Amino acid sequence: MRSTTDSAGFAHGVHPPMHKDETAGAPIRQFPFAPVMVVPLAQHFGRPSRAIVREGQEVQRGQCLAEADGEVSVATHAPASGVVQRIDLVPGIAGRMVPGIYLKPFPGSTQEVAAGPACDLDTASPEEIIAAIQRAGIVGLGGAAFPTHVKLRFPPDKPVDTLVINGVECEPYLTTDHRVMLEQRDDVFTGIRYLMKATGVARAIVGVEANKADVARALADALPADLPVEIGVLPVKYPQGAEKMLLKALLDREVPSGGLPLDVGAVVVNVATTAEIGRLLPRGQGIQERVITITGPAVKKKGNYRIPIGTPLRFALEYVGVEDDLGQVFLGGPMMGQSLPSLDIPITKGTSGFVAFRRDQALQQRTEYPCINCGYCVDACPLFLNPARLGLLAQNRRFADMAADYHLMDCFECGSCSYVCPAHIPLVQRFRGAKSFLRKVEAAG
Amino acid sequence: MSAPGRTLAIETSPHLASGASVDTIMRNVVYALLPVTCWAVYLFGLSALLVLVTAVLSCVLTEHLLCRAAGRPTSVRDWSVVITGLLYGLTLPPALPLWMVATGGVIGVALGKSLFGGLGYNAFNPALVGRVFLQAAFPTAMTTWYPAQLSGRFTELPAAVLTFPFAKPDFDGVTAATPLAQMKFDQVATPAGELLLGTTAGSTGETGALLILAGGAWLVARNMMNWRIPAAIFATVAACSALLHWAYPAQYPGPVFMLFSGGLMLGAVFMATDMVASPITRRGVVLYGVLIGALVVVIRLWGGMPEGVMYAILLGNAASPHIDNLVRPRVFGTSRGRAQ
Repeated sequence: MRSTTDSAGFAHGVHPPMHKDETAGAPIRQFPFAPVMVVPLAQHFGRPSRAIVREGQEVQRGQCLAEADGEVSVATHAPASGVVQRIDLVPGIAGRMVPGIYLKPFPGSTQEVAAGPACDLDTASPEEIIAAIQRAGIVGLGGAAFPTHVKLRFPPDKPVDTLVINGVECEPYLTTDHRVMLEQRDDVFTGIRYLMKATGVARAIVGVEANKADVARALADALPADLPVEIGVLPVKYPQGAEKMLLKALLDREVPSGGLPLDVGAVVVNVATTAEIGRLLPRGQGIQERVITITGPAVKKKGNYRIPIGTPLRFALEYVGVEDDLGQVFLGGPMMGQSLPSLDIPITKGTSGFVAFRRDQALQQRTEYPCINCGYCVDACPLFLNPARLGLLAQNRRFADMAADYHLMDCFECGSCSYVCPAHIPLVQRFRGAKSFLRKVEAAG
Repeated sequence: MSAPGRTLAIETSPHLASGASVDTIMRNVVYALLPVTCWAVYLFGLSALLVLVTAVLSCVLTEHLLCRAAGRPTSVRDWSVVITGLLYGLTLPPALPLWMVATGGVIGVALGKSLFGGLGYNAFNPALVGRVFLQAAFPTAMTTWYPAQLSGRFTELPAAVLTFPFAKPDFDGVTAATPLAQMKFDQVATPAGELLLGTTAGSTGETGALLILAGGAWLVARNMMNWRIPAAIFATVAACSALLHWAYPAQYPGPVFMLFSGGLMLGAVFMATDMVASPITRRGVVLYGVLIGALVVVIRLWGGMPEGVMYAILLGNAASPHIDNLVRPRVFGTSRGRAQ
């Protein structure tokens, strides 16, 4: 085994029970098509894509349904061969309706994926690769859904020397990246080649946590001799998958407050995103499915699935089966994932998994105590903020002081402080409220 | 499947919790105090038991009744007032008249805790607020000590204990001097072995140094006590007294005597570590411990009283919010603690 480095990690953080064993060994299985697919036009950060099909039109799986609208936007592709039923409002994650397309798959179709012109690794220029990534509709599949091509076009005054592939997957329960790295090794390596050529970066490092030792071994064993890639094995700790924590742990570089990985010479790309780039670009295809983990105590057939984008969650849960006392469903992991008000939303590009809890697992019933200044939150915050003080200021509605004196805006809501709080104070919820208030004030000028 | 998600619960993330809880922490502190409490009853007998029971009951009842009066649900179930009562009782002379014990308990909880808004809002350790009141109001009774291990301690009660309120207590002649008083006024040092076991005169629970340390270590192992606070206090007291003893060996006692005599052990391990009234940052608690340690040495060696742990901790409590404002940790990705 070569190219495996053990890194020290980052300071603070927490150790929630991971529950990954329940699905880490389950091979990725193909999910069937739902009777009607729901494809939002804004599955990514930035401007929604612009529909280029009309109602009643027959489309092929993988065909472009909507084009990128500007630089911070990507294309959206058909998840199935079928007919465009309606271009209308579809259920969005936040409970609002958002623009989207209802697509009815043909039941008897072979569901062959449409292919455009391939992006050849050897002949394509960096700019052509970046454009192909945007055309393929690729965004950060770890959950942020930030258009990947935007990260790759960095200004010349920011010298970037390292490509970091994020395979940490620090959220409990999720094993999407774990399975992708095991089963799509070659796609990952090909994706890295595309990304290195696109950015001109000479060094790449894949970060995984020690609970994925099998992945580290498998990757290191199969590593092509001409690929300058290291595998960095990190001690398990949440929230190591956050870009700032990962760069600190792997490279000992500290992204400045309010800054980006670019500011410390790095570009971070999620490993599932990398694998999709490696899989799709040589075939000239767009992203029309992704791997997700469906798990949690209330799920019967826990596992990892390759699922068409646009599959309604209700259909997905009916397929895997849920227990009668289903209480909550989280989009993503239980630490940062959002609890969903309804099952009508579809799987989108940013969906890394669903975790379903039983009714008795709700935290709501816990008694809230006053803050006793125990300092657990201070020892947990990976950014060295003072969550106890921030929580008190929020309670007193001193939002401006929170930002000016206590770096509220640096908080990325990892939830470590709320997780450890023995007084059961909803700290992150208070911080979100304060931030949203300050953003509104700022917007109002 | 019967229409899943008709009653989905909505919560904000995170959806997991470590399981730590305020009442669990408080209950564990009570457990950690039990060995030294039992030892105190063994050493000083029936009167210590009565003092401790009175202290706990007066504190708990005060908090309960004040919650009732304020129309709030009672907060005694969070166990914090039990710690206050127990600690308060452990700092009192073992034969203090019970009516004084009860008065101090009421004052400590009412003025030291409830008036500030209850748990989490008290600026000072409420047990010490009760004790400081007694020290000011009844200085003689608060400095009249009984020797440990008196032969009839489980069958007879010193007359003073049951003194009628406001009557002059009758201390019946078997009183003794504490090691600190012997040192201060007679320049007599107590052997270290007696100090460790606590078979000397002193407050009910301050004398069992080893049991106090064991209780503290148990809490530290459970991440329910900040070990940096007692460590900083001990280091400061040891360093200062070692220096002074080395320079003027006839005038000043050495570090072992300073560490294991009086209320330093109980104060540093169980009272200075009161989470609410101590700083929250790592560097902050060290500064706080150094401050308390230095004050202990100053008061003990140059003050008018033989003991100064109580005042040192209360002054440390007063400084604690300011220490948190002063030493802020460097925020990730910045060069300084404050926003730019």
